[in-house]
Amino acid sequence: MNTLGFPILSTVLFLPLVAAVLLFFFPKEKENAIRVFTLAASSLVFLISLPIYFRFDGGSAAFQFVEQKVWIPGFGVSYKLGVDGISLLLVMLTTFITPITVLSSWTAITKHVKEFHISMLLLEMGMLGVFMSLDLVLFYVFWEAMLIPMYLIIGVWGGPRRIYAAVKFFIYTMVGSLLMLVAILALYFYHQRVTGVYTFDLEQIWQIGIPAHLQVWMFLAFALSFAIKVPIFPFHTWLPDAHVEAPTAGSVILAGVLLKMGTYGYLRYCLPLFPNATHQFVPLISVLAIIGIIYGALVAMVQPDVKKLVAYSSVSHLGFVMLGIFALTMQGLQGGILQMINHGLSTGALFLIVGMIYERRHTRLIADFGGIAKVMPIFATFFMIVTLSSIGLPGLNGFVGEFLILVGTFLSNKVYAIVAATGVILAAVYMLWMFQRVMFGPLDKPENQKLKDLSLREIVVLLPVVLFIFWIGLYPKPFLDKTEASVEALLKRVEAGRAEALLEQSSPQAMTLQTGSEEATE
Amino acid sequence: MLLLVLADNYLLMFVGWEGVGLCSYLLIGFWYEDHYNAYAGRKAFVVNRIGDYGFSLGMLLLFAVYGTLKYDVIFSQAAHGVGVWALGAVTLLLFVGATGKSAQIPLYVWLPDAMAGPTPVSALIHAATMVTAGVYMVVRSHVLYLLAPDTMLVVASIGVFTAIFAASIALVNNDIKRVLAYSTISQLGYMFVGAGVGAFAAGIFHLMTHAFFKALLFLGAGSVMHALSGETDMRKMGGLKDKLPVTYWTFLMATLAISGVPLFSGFFSKDEILWQAFISPHGSFWIWLIGVIAAGFTAFYMFRLVYLTFHGKSRVPPELAHHVHESPPVMTIPLSILAVLAVVGGYVGVPKVLGGGQHFERFLEPVFARNAEELIGHLPHHSASLELTVMLISVIVAFTGIGIAYLFYMKRPDLPVALAARFRGIYTLLLNKYYVDEIYNALIVQPIFHLSNSFLWKVFDVKIVDGLVNGVAALVERTAQRLRRTETGLVQNYALGFLVGVVLIVGYYLVK
Repeated sequence: MNTLGFPILSTVLFLPLVAAVLLFFFPKEKENAIRVFTLAASSLVFLISLPIYFRFDGGSAAFQFVEQKVWIPGFGVSYKLGVDGISLLLVMLTTFITPITVLSSWTAITKHVKEFHISMLLLEMGMLGVFMSLDLVLFYVFWEAMLIPMYLIIGVWGGPRRIYAAVKFFIYTMVGSLLMLVAILALYFYHQRVTGVYTFDLEQIWQIGIPAHLQVWMFLAFALSFAIKVPIFPFHTWLPDAHVEAPTAGSVILAGVLLKMGTYGYLRYCLPLFPNATHQFVPLISVLAIIGIIYGALVAMVQPDVKKLVAYSSVSHLGFVMLGIFALTMQGLQGGILQMINHGLSTGALFLIVGMIYERRHTRLIADFGGIAKVMPIFATFFMIVTLSSIGLPGLNGFVGEFLILVGTFLSNKVYAIVAATGVILAAVYMLWMFQRVMFGPLDKPENQKLKDLSLREIVVLLPVVLFIFWIGLYPKPFLDKTEASVEALLKRVEAGRAEALLEQSSPQAMTLQTGSEEATE
Repeated sequence: MLLLVLADNYLLMFVGWEGVGLCSYLLIGFWYEDHYNAYAGRKAFVVNRIGDYGFSLGMLLLFAVYGTLKYDVIFSQAAHGVGVWALGAVTLLLFVGATGKSAQIPLYVWLPDAMAGPTPVSALIHAATMVTAGVYMVVRSHVLYLLAPDTMLVVASIGVFTAIFAASIALVNNDIKRVLAYSTISQLGYMFVGAGVGAFAAGIFHLMTHAFFKALLFLGAGSVMHALSGETDMRKMGGLKDKLPVTYWTFLMATLAISGVPLFSGFFSKDEILWQAFISPHGSFWIWLIGVIAAGFTAFYMFRLVYLTFHGKSRVPPELAHHVHESPPVMTIPLSILAVLAVVGGYVGVPKVLGGGQHFERFLEPVFARNAEELIGHLPHHSASLELTVMLISVIVAFTGIGIAYLFYMKRPDLPVALAARFRGIYTLLLNKYYVDEIYNALIVQPIFHLSNSFLWKVFDVKIVDGLVNGVAALVERTAQRLRRTETGLVQNYALGFLVGVVLIVGYYLVK
């Protein structure tokens, strides 16, 4: 299935690791050399990853560029990588965002520069591994491994309450992951019981039908782990703390990519493995998603801290993604996947912007600003575009995702869509209110009057993101085309699995009916 | 705006629709250094968003029913009876969008505040073009509206009620731009009456004439403000007729047009709407009557504005008075062009009864008549004398309005003061715009804010959800602290524990 002739996925996956190892040999004081090297390495990763996108066949739902090597043969563990339409865009988002965050922390990170950049590179590898793995053990290893660099980034380079936030982030995620580990083992043993083969290969495990009662428990174990990561209301309280304390680069990666690992988990594991349980839990998850949309928006509205506001807005946006996924319609799923990317771009950019203003003023309180547009016009323009993208203005990326999600949800359940759509109003309320208080009004604080506009480096950081905000907003078709076949296949799998499970449930009844009629004829 | 009008499907129209909304937001907040302007821009955007909520849901429902958002497919299928059950809801939801964009009750509140923007902006988007998008959208969807008669009634009722409601606020307001803003809301109400009674062509006709005279009024007001260094309070104007002759004469033309004085453009279009409201099967006597009263109000407040601004003694503060001057040609030439159009713009649609050719209606006939005849049958025939009588009544009402304005503000300036004192309650109510902003604020904005701030965030999120999380952590920690005490580090204690354990195990086996 690999049409390129060389193991591109492994190359992209381990290049950051190689770069991180090389960084060890850099002298500590050569901070700029470290920065330039990391930027070059992560940009190289992005360039090498481009063929994955361009050579990806959107017409096929199969995994592509697949690599498989036996890893631990005794336990059926293999090293298996591959991408399909669901993971493709997330892989690209990861390689795209990483160099941007490296460039954005050029002046913000001044202590332990070397260690910071090593952490960033390892983090990139962890995230890529999660999106590329097709083996449950491999997936779990990356899922957990990626926690460590993130924990360090928050805990070492974070704000005043960084230790609390880092520990909370770590433990919270860990609790969910352990349940998932149990479910993974249960799948493993169940597969052995049915087929006699021990394997963690995801594609093989997909083949077995899991009885409905087992599905429920396994679904819950996986779903809780992913729900914490997304985060779905009410598992979201680690997020504001982590975001507020994390350095800008950490927040961008956290919002841009890490949260998507949760939603991706639902698409890759929960839906195809447990189709019947998925259908059972549609009402619960949809309602939680809608609560998240409205609740996140309302709480975001009253935040005095810009960064916390953006963090809560993530809860609201991710609610939309979850709603789209659990609409179980083409539009909903495709919109959900696209919205994952959109949120990565828009919210990532918002955190970059908050970081830029924080670097200048060392405060993030909305009340400390006002009238900034006057002294920082270029900044104001970028900020406005990103704000509008975040509130889903047509012509920018957020609208395409949100609208598809609402269409998809409306087709499966009108009430959900009607209630969820109020989130679109609220988004305008909290974002524009914040924007007005920060950027407009009189420039009455003396500290704000001498603020410098964006430097060339900062413009270079924001420009590519804004480019994609417009591209997806104006012409989303290429991106949607890449996902279409995979989403279709996923939906088919969910429907087929469900029909099978229903048949299984109803067959005893059919039997009794039959015997009943036989008795009657006698 | 062109995207909005030229789109062939609802989604693309919505893109244009939001696009003009964005421009409106940015232009209202153009002078963003003033808190109030920035606030007004945001208010416009958010209120429009509420309307767009309706629009989006309408689109979703259309898509769910027809599987497409293309006009021609939806209209032809609907005309053949497909999905008619949903059209009541669809049309109502789309109309919610229209009430936002075209400033109808209950979402009109943003438009008066939008006057914070530069005056040419007010003239262009908040009078002539953008705000009429809602009317356009309803008329564009006329096939759907005709299939949903209940919605037609809602549209007409909201329209006529908005017309008189906004006109009544304009009666007492002292800000020249705000009077015009309320006047715009009121005139948009007429357009919706036209659409609501099935007189789509008349609605669009009024949209066009209104664009001429209202743009002229705003630009004229801008010219006055230019002369007075940005003053908008009419109590500080007066007697400007001689100093600003071009502005005065062009302004007067527009005023005559909007007041419905015969032979000016507004007369033809407004009268067409009122006449249709009177005879159409979708209209009613009451809609007509309220419309006529609102027309009387219009004539009154417009002439009140003219008299207060241009006639009488100058009340301009002395420090401004010395440099009051006519605007440069770059401002007066557009005024003159618009004045010509405000006067003659109505002649493309002179009704048959006055010997006209109804060219405007003919022009739009291929769009409307075919569908209308298919859907509601032929309009009932009516006598020319009836039409003339109805027309005469509105003319009399218009002149009455003008007459009262003349009496109040030219002959007996003490009268309005006395009236205001006599009916203090009503006067204060009107002056404060029925307290609608305050009511919205107290009933919707503040409760949501306080709920979010005092409960959802500070109690629910921080205390309950996060408290639970931290509580679990604290519980683990405390349990561990207790358990730690067993690890004393004294060998004797461990030996004791060891002994007890052995005794228990051996005892268990012995007893068993």
